[in-house]
Amino acid sequence: MNQILHFWPFIKLGLTDVWRHKARSFLTMLGVVFGVGSVIAMLAVGEGASQQALDSIKRLGSENIMVTSVKPSSEDGASTGAQRGRLAVYGLLYDDEVRIRETVPGVVVTVPARMTRRNARVNERQLEMRVVETVPEWFDVVQRPVLAGRVLTANDMRMRSNVCVLTEYGVRRLLAAEGILGQHIRIASGVFEVAGIVKNETGGAVRAPDSEADAYIPLTTGTRLFGEANIRYSAGGMEGEKVELSEIIVKMADTKKVEAGSKAIEAVLTRFHKKKDFRIDVPLTLLREAERTKRTYNIVLGAIAGISLLVGGIGIMNIMLASVTERTKEIGIRRAIGARRSRIVIQFLINTCVLSIGGGIVGLLLGVAIPFLITVFTDMPTVVQPYSLILAFGISVGIGIIFGLYPAMRAAELDPIEALRHE
Amino acid sequence: MIVQMTENRHPLDDEVVRFDAVMRHYTVGNEIVRALDGISFSIRRGAYCAIMGPSGSGKSTMLNILGCLDRPSSGAYWLNGKNVAEMDDNALSDHRLRNLGFVFQSFHLIPQLTVSENIEVPMFYLGLPHAERRRKAEMLADRVGISHRLRHLPSELSGGQRQRVAVARALANDPAVLLADEPTGNLDSATSIQIMGLFQELYEQGKTVVLVTHEPDIAAYAKANIVLKDGRVLSITGKEGVM
Repeated sequence: MNQILHFWPFIKLGLTDVWRHKARSFLTMLGVVFGVGSVIAMLAVGEGASQQALDSIKRLGSENIMVTSVKPSSEDGASTGAQRGRLAVYGLLYDDEVRIRETVPGVVVTVPARMTRRNARVNERQLEMRVVETVPEWFDVVQRPVLAGRVLTANDMRMRSNVCVLTEYGVRRLLAAEGILGQHIRIASGVFEVAGIVKNETGGAVRAPDSEADAYIPLTTGTRLFGEANIRYSAGGMEGEKVELSEIIVKMADTKKVEAGSKAIEAVLTRFHKKKDFRIDVPLTLLREAERTKRTYNIVLGAIAGISLLVGGIGIMNIMLASVTERTKEIGIRRAIGARRSRIVIQFLINTCVLSIGGGIVGLLLGVAIPFLITVFTDMPTVVQPYSLILAFGISVGIGIIFGLYPAMRAAELDPIEALRHE
Repeated sequence: MIVQMTENRHPLDDEVVRFDAVMRHYTVGNEIVRALDGISFSIRRGAYCAIMGPSGSGKSTMLNILGCLDRPSSGAYWLNGKNVAEMDDNALSDHRLRNLGFVFQSFHLIPQLTVSENIEVPMFYLGLPHAERRRKAEMLADRVGISHRLRHLPSELSGGQRQRVAVARALANDPAVLLADEPTGNLDSATSIQIMGLFQELYEQGKTVVLVTHEPDIAAYAKANIVLKDGRVLSITGKEGVM
């Protein structure tokens, strides 16, 4: 406290000096304003994006392994299934699910799903939906808040009932304001009763299992109504593919078993699939990758922000050197009166610090405002972290000291006799 | 009465300024310029003394050394009992702060500071608290007759008023010596007389005043004159307090 009181006259001197050259001080500060502002804003945007990515990966479940059917790159040569006409046969089989469940150690549950795009209709309203034919356990593995009604049940499976669960987004597009639960909608050739609505999870850098207008129906009902082949007719004739299962989600007992599990699944599937027509995604690995990416991202952002702060600092140094020349006589007077060199250094250092801290505070406000505006106008999530504010403030003080030191030393080294003679 | 060579000894208590064979040499190119070439004298406390000489006589060098802005090449300069030749930069700064009051030809006030703040500068470096600085500044301004202008900037004052402020600032830390360099050089004759009157008052109040000037009219106000020529003391007249 005593020290602050001791420096207060210098601080006041610095403040009045900055105030006296308002325009110049403002322009000098701009460098730091934008430097600090960009540090905070970039960190906030980066953090927002990576948290979103991490969130969506976490939603996939860190104990989960996703096995997905993919169309093999080349269709000629020996294929897994027979190739009849233009019907491409590939992908995961019902047997694969059983094999995984029975042979891979540590598996808690396997959830098969078949995903197709089909037209849904209510009266005159139409919407292309992703139809997910699956089992009730889907909703345990891929957790979504239930907004209304219920999710699929074992009974639905057994009875092969024509019920569906819609995502919020699909509901809004298709049913609008009409009564929702109990409504009947037509999906391709079947009529389904809406049993429940679950929340949509939109956005995110990583593919989420349900990110759009989805309709969930029992796998058994799907097989009964649509079969396994998805055939599109076009002018050139018929084109289609037969995929028994689009996806199998494997939930392991805990995260430690995930890595070994994914290797075991790969081994099992490779034995029964001649072609590589599946892909295995491990959210845990994605999570690690995302964290690595985030670190790289932070380093790059840090470098950019560092450069802009450096430019700001050089601007301050430039102005302070000019100020030393301009105030040579004042320095001479103060030295002649009896000010030690160190007092002159302190005076000029505080002057630069007033500039850089002032710029830092304005930059801080800017750095908080920009992410806020980004979120308001683009729906992109941003997270301003408290540490980045402290960091930015610390940096602005540091810049004042580092870039102020040289001009201050120059001022103090002036010979008082010469300085007094300076006009 | 030419140079009085005295043996190098510690000054007496009342010898506030004492030069012992002071030399100041500069090297310009290959030549050595002897700006001061062996000067000895001493000034008693409470004396009113003028140092005179034409330009090139070593007057400016003398002023710089007297003002502790420069150190002798050889010899000893004692100011208020301390040998300046042995001091480092910080000690020299502190010595100026406590023992010297400067009055310059062109006033040398800090243009951004008010009259009161200008007077406070030496007290600020001495570390006096704000309230005390204020109080003393008012007192000093009153003493030099400028108390009605405390809140003004130097640019709003006349030359004579500015010099009064400079005198008040020089007196701020109650220095041992008031050192004035051509204090009337930038003033008209009427104002000059007023300022010289102020020095006279200060002398009568017991201050030690040293004027450095080339004008005999101004030097005539002082009770003793030291005349320099070619870096040496040509004569000392008056002798009152000086030897």
